Amino acid sequence: MSEAGETLVEIRDLHFSRGSKAIFRGLNIDIPRGKVTTILGPSGTGKTTLLKMIGGQLKASSGSITVDGLEVGKLSRKQLYDLRKRLGMLFQSGALLTDLSVFENVAYPLREHTDLPERLISHLVLMRLHAVGLRGAKDLSPAELSGGMARRAALARALVFDPMMIMYDEPFTGQDPISMGVLLELISTVNSALGLTSLMVSHDLEEAMSISDYLVIISEGTVVEAGSPEQLKSSSSEWVQQFLRGEPDGPVPFQAPAPDYETQLLGKLR
Amino acid sequence: MSRFLENFGAYWIGILERLGRATLFLFQLIAAIFSLVKRPSLLIKQLHATGVKTLSIVLVSGLFVGMVLALQAYNTLIDFGQEERIGTLVALTLVRELGPVVTGLLFAGRAGSAMTAEIGLMKATEQLSGLEMMAVDPFKRVFAPRFLAGFIALPMLAAMFSAVGVMGGHLVGVEVLGVDANAYWSQMQSSVSFTHDVCNGLIKGLVFGFVVSWISIFEGADCIPTSEGVSSATTRTVVYSSLAILGLDFLLTAVMF
Ligand SMILES: Nc1ncnc2c1ncn2[C@@H]1O[C@H](COP(=O)(O)OP(=O)(O)O)[C@@H](O)[C@H]1O
Ligand SMILES: [Mg+2]
Repeated sequence: MSEAGETLVEIRDLHFSRGSKAIFRGLNIDIPRGKVTTILGPSGTGKTTLLKMIGGQLKASSGSITVDGLEVGKLSRKQLYDLRKRLGMLFQSGALLTDLSVFENVAYPLREHTDLPERLISHLVLMRLHAVGLRGAKDLSPAELSGGMARRAALARALVFDPMMIMYDEPFTGQDPISMGVLLELISTVNSALGLTSLMVSHDLEEAMSISDYLVIISEGTVVEAGSPEQLKSSSSEWVQQFLRGEPDGPVPFQAPAPDYETQLLGKLR
Repeated sequence: MSRFLENFGAYWIGILERLGRATLFLFQLIAAIFSLVKRPSLLIKQLHATGVKTLSIVLVSGLFVGMVLALQAYNTLIDFGQEERIGTLVALTLVRELGPVVTGLLFAGRAGSAMTAEIGLMKATEQLSGLEMMAVDPFKRVFAPRFLAGFIALPMLAAMFSAVGVMGGHLVGVEVLGVDANAYWSQMQSSVSFTHDVCNGLIKGLVFGFVVSWISIFEGADCIPTSEGVSSATTRTVVYSSLAILGLDFLLTAVMF
């Protein structure tokens, strides 16, 4: 589309803290255009935070995020909103508007940003709903959907504006095996059929491995390892091996940072 | 001692910081109101949700408050042979004080808490973030319509409260206790002034509507996005709104009458 080339999102030396807690300390990631990229990391590493930063909802303390040649932190409000129209995001909970039906939820971005005639809106919405298998559920309210259906409805909404990139926040968490299969299938079809870039954050290693072209493992605010699924499997890094084998303890400690066990149990009170 | 001073300072800094955030929030809220010109349907929906749904409780309360006022006024005034003046007493009490104040309190409990809970839940379920990511400004689409609706609805509800209260006073004073109907109305007509009493009552309603809506929406948008966060924000809305109404009422009364 533009001259930005092979890399769609470029994260350079990103720093961010919440209160006194440093979440990112010098994060560097390149997300290739047209591919499925997954960022892996244990819960609480800041994966959701990273997606929100790419969407410009949170500002970095230092470093930069560039999306399609635009530096997110430096955009005016109007430019940021224009960029967001080209990004789709699938939140962990779906984030459907509870007071609208499924159909109206999917139609919402079109109604907000375009003056398309009702007939055309209806066509576009039904096409997207059909693609995620929810055409029959169009008149249901979000509360009547199962978790998997809500996520698919949200996917339809994220796709209705034909984004250049879609971001998935832990799409597999809490899904039964069947919806998991459906979602996996959808994510890869969406990526190949619509030719967009997919960025997923997850801690489900196996699923992520099966559909990603490129994976990035982050922990404690920096990238531990990055590469294709094959490269990661053969990586010698202890981090990666711990993550791949799901071992409870290793370089990623099982214990949250704490004072010495013995002193805390036996030591004098402060 | 130094620990105490430290906590004391931190407490007040926390409060000041929150007040600052609330003030900035208010500016954004007011700036977003102009976008409603293009989308009046959002405002109408909120007027229904906040105004119409609070109407029944306001009318019932107004009726009873009017009846009680008439009863109390009659019992006191009869000793002086002045029971014909209950019309004046009922109307002035309602229009100047109880109409706006009681309506404000009811509104905070019924509509304000609902606004906080609704917005807090939208935050907790990522709906607000979702709107932002769809390039939709929650101030324009979610907050401003509710704010303006509360501001418009409260004075109207207060006026209806007073009107029904006057009817309630008539019911008890004239129909039950036998005060002369002509006296009830004519005493009221001659002593209630439109500019001094009715307009000032209206201004109180507008001020309370402004403050209650502001508190309710800010508490919802500022809450910690968890179930406990939403429930404590809802409680804060009712407590702060009620205190604000009573405090402001004293100030306004001191200035107006
Ligand atoms: N609104 C917030 N306020 C303060 N801390 C937060 C907030 N949201 C997330 N955090 C903290 O930031 C860290 C990263 O959160 P998040 O990005 O949600 O992690 P992940 O998605 O990887 O599980 C967590 O430790 C979390 O406690
Ligand atoms: Mg998360």
